[in-house]
Amino acid sequence: MIPRTIAASLLATAIVVAAYLALAWQPAVDPITPPDRASFDPALVRQGEKLAALGNCNVCHTAPGGKIFAGGRALTTPFGTIYSTNITPDPEIGMGAWSEAAFRRSMREGVDRAGRHLYPAFPYDHFTLVTAEDDEALYAFLMTREPVRTAIPANQLPFPYNMRILLAGWKLLFLQRGPYHPDQAQSEEWNRGAYLVEGLAHCGACHTPRNGLGAEKTRERFAGGESEGWTAYALNAQSPAPVPWDADQLYDYLRNGWQAVHGVPRGPMAAVIDDLGSADDADLRAIATYLASMIGEPAPQRRRQGDAALAQARRGTEGASTTGSIDLMRQRAATEPDNENGLGAKVYRSACAECHERGRPLPFGGLRLALSTAIEGPNPRNIINVVLAGLPAAPGGEPSPMMPGFSGALSDEQLTALLAYLRARFSDKPQWTDIAKEVRDAGTGARPVIAYPSHGIGAAPADVRERMSPW
Amino acid sequence: MVKLTINGQQHEVTADPDTPLLYVLRDELALNGAKFGCGLGQCGACTVMVDGKAVFSCVTPILLLEGRQVTTVEGLGTHDNPGPMQRAFIAEQAAQCGYCIAGMMMRAQALLQDNPAVSDADIRAALQPNLCRCGTHMRILRAVRRAARLMQTADAGSASKNQ
Amino acid sequence: MRKDYIIVSRRRVLAGTGALVVSFCSVPLLRAQEAQQSRDDAQQLPGSLKTAPFLDSWIRINADGRITVFTGKAELGQGLKTALLQIAADELDVPFAWTTLVTADTARTPNEGFTSGSHSMQDSGTAIRHAAAQVRELLKAQAVERLAVPPQSLRTENASVVAEDGRHLSYGELVSEELLHVRAVATSELKDRAALKLIGTAVERVDIPAKVTGGAAYVQDLRFPGMLHGRVVRPPSYGAQLRSVDTGAVERMPGVIKAIRDGNFLAVVSEREYQCVTAMRALAAAAHWEEKAQLPRQQELTSFLLRLPSQDIAILDQRGPAQAAHKTLAATYSRPYQAHGSIGPSCAVARFEDNALTVWTHTQGVYPDRAAIAQLLGTPPEEVRCIHVEGSGCYGHNGADDAAADAALIAREIPGRAIRVQWMREQEHAWEPYGPAMLTKVIASLDGSGKVLDWDYALWSNSHTERPGGAGALIAGQTIAQPFPKPAPRPIPQPEGGGDRNAIPIYKFASARVMHHFLSDMPVRVSALRSLGAYMNVFSIESFMDEHAQAAGSDPVEFRLKHLEDERARAVVTTAAERFGWSQRLATGHGRGFAFARYKNLAAYCAVAIESEVTPETGRARAVRAVAAVDAGQVINPDGLVNQIEGGIIQSISWTLYEQVTFDERRITTIDWSTYPILRFNAVPDSVEVHVLDRPGQPFLGAGEATQGPAAAALANAIANASGARLRDLPLTRERIKAAIAA
Repeated sequence: MIPRTIAASLLATAIVVAAYLALAWQPAVDPITPPDRASFDPALVRQGEKLAALGNCNVCHTAPGGKIFAGGRALTTPFGTIYSTNITPDPEIGMGAWSEAAFRRSMREGVDRAGRHLYPAFPYDHFTLVTAEDDEALYAFLMTREPVRTAIPANQLPFPYNMRILLAGWKLLFLQRGPYHPDQAQSEEWNRGAYLVEGLAHCGACHTPRNGLGAEKTRERFAGGESEGWTAYALNAQSPAPVPWDADQLYDYLRNGWQAVHGVPRGPMAAVIDDLGSADDADLRAIATYLASMIGEPAPQRRRQGDAALAQARRGTEGASTTGSIDLMRQRAATEPDNENGLGAKVYRSACAECHERGRPLPFGGLRLALSTAIEGPNPRNIINVVLAGLPAAPGGEPSPMMPGFSGALSDEQLTALLAYLRARFSDKPQWTDIAKEVRDAGTGARPVIAYPSHGIGAAPADVRERMSPW
Repeated sequence: MVKLTINGQQHEVTADPDTPLLYVLRDELALNGAKFGCGLGQCGACTVMVDGKAVFSCVTPILLLEGRQVTTVEGLGTHDNPGPMQRAFIAEQAAQCGYCIAGMMMRAQALLQDNPAVSDADIRAALQPNLCRCGTHMRILRAVRRAARLMQTADAGSASKNQ
Repeated sequence: MRKDYIIVSRRRVLAGTGALVVSFCSVPLLRAQEAQQSRDDAQQLPGSLKTAPFLDSWIRINADGRITVFTGKAELGQGLKTALLQIAADELDVPFAWTTLVTADTARTPNEGFTSGSHSMQDSGTAIRHAAAQVRELLKAQAVERLAVPPQSLRTENASVVAEDGRHLSYGELVSEELLHVRAVATSELKDRAALKLIGTAVERVDIPAKVTGGAAYVQDLRFPGMLHGRVVRPPSYGAQLRSVDTGAVERMPGVIKAIRDGNFLAVVSEREYQCVTAMRALAAAAHWEEKAQLPRQQELTSFLLRLPSQDIAILDQRGPAQAAHKTLAATYSRPYQAHGSIGPSCAVARFEDNALTVWTHTQGVYPDRAAIAQLLGTPPEEVRCIHVEGSGCYGHNGADDAAADAALIAREIPGRAIRVQWMREQEHAWEPYGPAMLTKVIASLDGSGKVLDWDYALWSNSHTERPGGAGALIAGQTIAQPFPKPAPRPIPQPEGGGDRNAIPIYKFASARVMHHFLSDMPVRVSALRSLGAYMNVFSIESFMDEHAQAAGSDPVEFRLKHLEDERARAVVTTAAERFGWSQRLATGHGRGFAFARYKNLAAYCAVAIESEVTPETGRARAVRAVAAVDAGQVINPDGLVNQIEGGIIQSISWTLYEQVTFDERRITTIDWSTYPILRFNAVPDSVEVHVLDRPGQPFLGAGEATQGPAAAALANAIANASGARLRDLPLTRERIKAAIAA
């Protein structure tokens, strides 16, 4: 005989579970025959193309070497590996049988046509903000792509993460359904920026820290995050950039893929910037305006530090000569013996200074490291990635900044010493802890280092005076 | 004096420790394999191996290399006794002007030493840092595949000899 | 100038010339010889024998029977050394391994001008073949005397003359100092096809083993005792003036021997190479220049070209009967400046000793470069010796001649020491003479039956050659304190042509006119780049043929065949189309393109078919596979030929998809591989197939430049087929393709 209390508990649990399942269950949307491409208004398709670029759809939904939008790209999460879906209009493997309503539901609520909950690796917690009009345009764009029928590998998620029904609970806790509601106190441009950044561009998906259940910590918006082994820097007042970002600089960076006092994007950001290459100027300005407001006006102290960084960067290249730099380095060696005569300094002087202090301006020259955000960052991971893998050539033959990788040349000891030197020399922040462990993890593959070639840069400096010194 | 181990031989070189390996190989040790193509780590004509990994010798200062094994194309075999990579490149006639070839061979050697059973896609991806201006790419790929086969049969051969 | 004899003269044949003549008289060859002493007769001689008629200018035989072959041409990586030795060894009947080649050396080899224009096989190969055949007959004639047997009873094999009864005399035993010092005659007993053992065979290249085992193979590998290293400091832009430079600090740097300044020419010499690089950078930083270059605006290049004063040369004016045009099309095509981009920046070693200067250089023309250097130094040419040593692939006129001049100037300042000058990557990229920007305009019409009725083609281009140019064409000659005037550019006349190379279509049109607008103002330094104007002209013509084929509703291959009469051309076209599988369906997003040309309308025939893949969302285009057919006349080394064609296709794909030199108002801004990217392994096609149509008995036809134009047009046509977007402005970048698709 089961005691009453236990029976009551079981009954209560059963009711809760039943209620949960009732709430969590989503109906399937009837499949449709794939619409004729010609039925979509070309203007709407073009609009959708721009939105898809802002949303970076092709980056996640294209496997390396695979056909565009055909899915199959592995996304490593703390919960296992998820493979992106095929969003081409193939009726069997892709989205060909999805009606517009089904698509809109996936964006707004994270549910697929069959009624299954989608993993938030597909950032519907951001895409929920997208308006119905923009969803319509995106749908038109996606349904006019080339259908591709390639099988997608199955997700590798251990129990209980492979139970999609549990995602309903996740959504209950973390999904605030959209669409976006403008803040009347702010300008139109700011609101456009907010709509794009918080919505399609889903910047927070990388730039906001996540909790144990993989959701963004909304109270720490833009406090920094990570993506595929790269640190995504804070885009709030804690931005580590030595020279504080302003809206103009952000716009330049997003538009041209480089910025004179900040550098060039590496890691997954390179792919984002590539896509933004086709965005409208107005949209990029809006994004820049919004992000600049997140970063906020720098405090006077911060501004002074930025000026000091600029001055240090210029000093390193006065006369733009190696001789000048060598003299300065010798001076520093005399005054800071421990740092300047150590292994790290020697590595820097012999392997790095040649490009990073020679006076060739960005985007093709090496960034003066007094301006490096990575060195100011919370950990040395980005520097490790860049030093080991370099900046590979753009795969499509576009001019782009290149840096050789030093993975074969530097031992763990040499790399560790170099990192410590760079932090001590170019940052006033406390030394990184556990440099040796980070280096070891990168070396053993415990933390994979993945290099992302950019697809070229936009306008190069037109000012003749900015050419490198004659050789 | 910096002590370097090149192709298994110890050398005491008098070049400044800051000097990139390429100049020491060519200028001081009179080794021709590694070539000056750009000095910027962009073209790979200078590629050698350090502890079995491919590096651009033009941007690798020798102060990093004490106690490590440097291998150049001269270490893969000789004119009279060429090694499998060299035999493969000769058999495929994988050269036009040939200036990029030593660098290609070293990068390929590092790849195959690590994993002889590489796919074509792996070979292409591995050779990406190396430029060839004459357009010898197809033959280079065939030569690397051939070298992989030669190295695998060599392993099989030596394994059976040891039995 | 000292002449270097290879033959060890063991004995002389008969003391008196009379006896010599008598003994030679019995041979019909020599009788003919006496009659042909005049210079005029030299013009009848085949190939470069015209300019170097003595047999021992080409062939020398050692006492041990080893053969040295001489050529005025240079190995550029095209397999020349091997091919020429195959020819000589085959005609001479000597083992291939017994032959050595001496290439372009002003002290030792004939003057064959430049190794360029795909002339090497036609000029040098032909001369060597005939010379070898004639030497063989002379040796037989000697054997006739010595063995007292009739000539017909002798045969040659393995470097010996063998009689029917088995007696034999080796070439070493037969040869003497005077034997080969005779003039060639106009006809030779060339071996026929059945007797050839090496010509037509894929003999392995003689230079590859050293190149893959670290042997000394390049001018960059030369080392001499006491050799010093030099680096030049080039001006930041064309015509910049050096206002001041403090060389003192640099001369105090470790290892520095000397800093040299002569007007705007600036250089530094040191003991070790890396010391020299460091010193060069310091010297560059210490130099203050006044710049005055005015370069055209990059975005307005084509309108700039059209505004330049031009010399208008009508190279074709063929009027057929007037007919009504059914459809008329017009198009304009453009090409930017493009770089040779030699993978090894230019290098030279020079030594000035006892009033004689020796320069080791990878110039394509040792004689013209010698003349220019002699003029630069104000010395007689006899006191300058230029020896060709291989560099990396040059693909035309790159920095080699200039590096040689730099080394010469420096060497004169430091007599008695070998000076090695190595250009930096940035210097090669910024100072090499580029392939000129070009513009073409075509208007053509079809008749009712879908055939081209009328063809009107015009092109605008700078000169495609700045050599020979004397000292005034050298950077050194332009930058020293007493500079030499730049030579006035002259167009290369047809049928070779410069910018107008291959501008005359090979197709049969009822009416056709071609106008060459030769532009002599050159704001950007230009000269010969592989195939010269043929790249752009064939790109234009073959793109336009496709546009017409489409307008006529005709298959592109059929459309070309409709207008091609030359049988060999037709064979090459049909072979390429067939082997490609021209009629096969392709995957979605893929397209096919075809193009054909006969280089210069008189060298090799080449057709290329390309399958491309275009992703409209990104504008990315890829050449998936290429199939080519080539007819180069009699093939010496089939593998060497295939290698050149494969390589040419891939290089052309790189030019066509990626390459343009960029500049701002003053300076060249493409100065390395990050700013001037070229094809890497990820973009190389899945396969490149080459089918050779060998024509034994036919003259050799140059094939080294045959693919540049056809590959470019085939790719553009394939992209148009895949995406519907017709692109006419080179390079076919991702941006342009994407914009064209969206339009």
